[in-house]
Amino acid sequence: MLSSQPVRLVGIGLLAGLLSALLGVGGGIAIVPLLILLCAFEPREAAATSLGAVAITALAGVALYAVHGDVRVGYAALIGLPAVGGALAGTALQQRVSGAALTLGFAGLLTGVGIWMLAG
Amino acid sequence: MSATTIALGLALGAVGGVLSGMFGVGGGILFVPTLVALGLGQVEAAATSLLAVVPTATAGIWRQTRYGNLRVKPALVLGVASIAGVEAGVTIATSLPEHVLRRLFGVVMLLVAAQLGHRAFRERARYSETR
Repeated sequence: MLSSQPVRLVGIGLLAGLLSALLGVGGGIAIVPLLILLCAFEPREAAATSLGAVAITALAGVALYAVHGDVRVGYAALIGLPAVGGALAGTALQQRVSGAALTLGFAGLLTGVGIWMLAG
Repeated sequence: MSATTIALGLALGAVGGVLSGMFGVGGGILFVPTLVALGLGQVEAAATSLLAVVPTATAGIWRQTRYGNLRVKPALVLGVASIAGVEAGVTIATSLPEHVLRRLFGVVMLLVAAQLGHRAFRERARYSETR
């Protein structure tokens, strides 16, 4: 049963949602490595597919928070607009590095976040 | 908003966007602490970060679709399943102390990072062999 790809995807999604609810970090940090390690995704495919999932989760989250009036639109624009430019640059940059280098870079990011969690 | 606030927001927003596009994360990992530093409360920061993630991820998705890297069906399954995971997470978060959870996930992340590093070196070795 665990060998079936859809079952693994559902499991990874659940875990990603759990992580974002518990720790306030997005699901992407869980989705990318698990797609690479458990579902045999290429690093670039894993990153791209993770973004698709994160967009869905973030939309649902915004809708929930907006009902409670917690979303500050001005601040979201202040950060989100330059981030759009950054994301375009980041995806372009990603196409120029090897899969192994990308995996290694992600391992570095994950190490940083792991240490931050243990220290915090 | 003061000039310093605006400059800090713009700069960290851009860096978060690069991380997002490069590694496929939403950027919230940088957005939330930035918004807290700018004076928002924890819940406001989390909510506002999610709104900032939507256009950031959308820009990445648009480019990645053109590069041919996005696998649409798995993305949909992951996205919908993680909404259910959030529900479960909220229940667990209220029953376990936060520092225990942070330690636990911190250790898991370091283990996964080591696994990824191992995989990257193995792939690199295989690549140089075939050349």
